Amino acid sequence: MQMSGARMVIEAMRLEGVDTVFGYPGGAIMNVYDEIYKQNDFKHILTRHEQAAVHAADGYARATGKVGVAFVTSGPGFTNAVTGLATAYMDSVPLVVISGQVPLSLIGTDAFQEIDATGISRACTKHNYLVRSAAELPRILKEAFYIAASGRPGPVHIDIPKDVTAEMAEFVYPDHVDIPTYRPTTKGNIRQIKKAVEAICEAKRPVFYLGGGVIHADAAELVRELVALTQIPAVETLMARGTLRHDDPLLLGMVGMHGSYQANMAMSEADLMIALGPRFDDRVTGKLSEFAKHARIIHVDIDPSSIGKLVSVDYPIVGDLKEVLAVMTPKLKERVDPARYEAWRKILARYNEIHPMRYEDSDEVIKPQWVIQRVGELLGERAVVSTDVGQHQMWTAQFYPFSYPRQLITSGGLGTMGFGFPAAIGAKRGRPDKISVNFSGDGSILMNIQELVTAVESRLPVVNIILNNHYLGMVRQWQTFFYDKRYAETDLSFQPDFVKLAEACGGVGYRVESKEAFDEALKDAVDKGVVAVIDVVVDRYENVLPMVPSGGTLYNMMLEFKD
Amino acid sequence: MKNERRVISVIVKNEHSVLSRITGLFAARGYNIEALTVAPIPESDMSRLTIETRGNVRVIEQIIKQLHKLIPTYKVIEHEEMIEKEMVLIKFPINESLANIQALCEAYNGGIANVSSHHIITMVADEPKRVKHFIEAARRFHPEEIVRGGVVAMERE
Repeated sequence: MQMSGARMVIEAMRLEGVDTVFGYPGGAIMNVYDEIYKQNDFKHILTRHEQAAVHAADGYARATGKVGVAFVTSGPGFTNAVTGLATAYMDSVPLVVISGQVPLSLIGTDAFQEIDATGISRACTKHNYLVRSAAELPRILKEAFYIAASGRPGPVHIDIPKDVTAEMAEFVYPDHVDIPTYRPTTKGNIRQIKKAVEAICEAKRPVFYLGGGVIHADAAELVRELVALTQIPAVETLMARGTLRHDDPLLLGMVGMHGSYQANMAMSEADLMIALGPRFDDRVTGKLSEFAKHARIIHVDIDPSSIGKLVSVDYPIVGDLKEVLAVMTPKLKERVDPARYEAWRKILARYNEIHPMRYEDSDEVIKPQWVIQRVGELLGERAVVSTDVGQHQMWTAQFYPFSYPRQLITSGGLGTMGFGFPAAIGAKRGRPDKISVNFSGDGSILMNIQELVTAVESRLPVVNIILNNHYLGMVRQWQTFFYDKRYAETDLSFQPDFVKLAEACGGVGYRVESKEAFDEALKDAVDKGVVAVIDVVVDRYENVLPMVPSGGTLYNMMLEFKD
Repeated sequence: MKNERRVISVIVKNEHSVLSRITGLFAARGYNIEALTVAPIPESDMSRLTIETRGNVRVIEQIIKQLHKLIPTYKVIEHEEMIEKEMVLIKFPINESLANIQALCEAYNGGIANVSSHHIITMVADEPKRVKHFIEAARRFHPEEIVRGGVVAMERE
C-alpha cells in the first residue's frame, strides 16, 4: 500500500503494539503529528519539555518491560531529548526515539532548527538512523524496535527529514528482522555453565551479585528460585532492587558506596562471586585492586563487552540470563548442598548484627529515612517507586521495602536529576494499577517541575514526595566530609512555595512538618488520586551512611560521621 | 600498563556513518588512529577497514569489544600472524638522479610511477617498517612530497 512516510510511522506503532507515545511537536515533525491527529491506535501524551518526554517513555519502559516511544522535533527538540537518551543508554533501557529533521535538501546548510542529530546521538544510543527515503522507513522502524529490545537493550534513535515524512512509498512492514551483523548470543556456553556449577558446589563462601541485567532479562523469578535452592546469600545493585523480596533472609541488601555493611563484607570476603547481569560499576566496586580480592568470579551477561571490562573473570558466560539459568539451575539442583554454606551465612548474619542498616530517628525533626520507611509501611507493594538523584535516591534504595522487580525506577548510571517525576508519569501510564510515587529532593524536583502540567492534564496521578533539606544534599554531604564544610553553591534556602506551585498547575500541595501531618497528606493524596506534591521538611544535616568514600575499599566503610 | 601497537581489521556493512561510529570509539577514549584504510569488499555489501593504533592494551581490548558491539560490524580481526603492507608515493625534483632513485625503489618492492617535465613520482609497497626505512633512504634525493597509504593486513592462515 502506498502511504506517506509520516503515515508509515503511525502504522509501525500500531503493528508494534505501542499504546503510548510521549512527545512534543515542532516544525520538522509536523507531518507525523498530523497523522497522530487522524489516528486512534495510541495515546499521545504531551509533555512540557522534550527531556521529560524521553524520561517518561523511559519510566514507562522500565515499569513494563516494553519499548518506550518518544517523538520530538529537530534542532532544540532533539538536543533537549539527548539527556533522556543518555539516561536510557547508561541503564540499558529499550526506547525508540523519533526526531524530525530539516528536509534532505537543506541538511548541512545550517537551516532553521537544524542540528546533526545522529552525530550527537551516536555516543548515547545503541544504534541510530538518518532516514534518506520513505522506501527504507518500514525496514528501519522494524529494526529499531528489534534492536532496542533484543540483546542488551538500549535506546535507538531515528532521525527523519521532513520531506521523507511527506514522501509517498510502498508500505510493507517486515515480519521479521535479519541483520547479519547483529546476532546477540543468548544461549550460554554449556561447558562454561558446567564449570560454573562445579565452582559453586566447591565454594565455601559464595555470594550472588545481582545486577540490572536480571531485571532487563525478566529473570527475577528464576533468580529467586536459584537463591532459594542454593541458600547462597545475595547482594543487589541499585539497578537490581526488587529482584529478591526485601524480607528474604538471604538478601544482604544493596552493595556499593552506600550499600549495607554485610553486603559489602560479603563481597570482600567471598571466595566465589556469582555475578548475574551487573557491570562492576565504580560505585559498586570501590577501589578495583581491592575488590573481591579472594574471589573467583562467574559473570553471566548478554553483553560480551561487559565481561572482563573492569575485573578479570574466571568463568565468563555470554548469554541471556533466562536461558542460562534455565540450564544452570537444574544442574545445581542435582548437586548443590545448601548446608555447605551454613557457616558463611552465620558470619554474614553476625556482620549484620554488628552493623545493621540503621538511622537515628528523632521526635524533633523528621528524618528522611523515616519518610521512606513510612511510605513503605503504608503503600508497600501497592506503589511503583521512582526517584530523582541524590541523597533521597540512596535512602530510597536503602530503606524502601521493595518486593517485586521493576518496582524501583531510578537513573543509576547517568545519575540524572530531573528524571524521577517524568519517569513516574510514564510508570503510571504503564502500570495504572499501581500508585506512582516519586521520591525527590528540593534540588532535583525543580529540574522537570513543568511536568506537573502534563500529569494533571493527562490524569496521571503521581505523588511527589520532596525530602526537603534546603540543600543540594548529596553535594553538601561531600562538602561536609571532604571539603571542610565549604558549602559552595549548595544552600537552597531560597526556594519556591511548593504548595502554591502544585496548585498553580492544577495539582494538590501539602507542606509537612510533623510525622502525623505526613501520614495525613499521603493518605489524602492517594485517596483523592490527584497529582500531588508533598513537601516534607526534613533534617537538614542528615547524611547517607554507611559510605565507601570514592576510590575507597568496600571493607573499609565509613559507618558514622562525627563532627 | 603497557602501550602496544595493534593492527585491527574490521568488516562492516558498507553504509553511511559507519566510519564515524568506529572512529568515535577511539575518539571517545582520546585514542589516536595512526593509520586507517577503508575499501569495499568485492562482490559484497561490506567494507573492510584496517586500523593501526597504539595504546594501553586493556583499553584497546575494550575498544575491540565495543567494535564487535556496533550494529553494522560483521567481524573484527585482531591481527597476530599477519602479512602487512603499506604503500607510499614520493615526489622528487627532476634534477635528481633517475637511475639512483629507481635502484632505491626496486630495493623496496617499487618503481617509478611517473616522470613529468618537473618531477619524478615513485611508488613503493612494502612492510610498514621497510616503508619507513625507504622514506629515510629517499631523503638524500630531496623529496618534495610524501604520501603514505596506511596499512593493509591479512592473516597468514
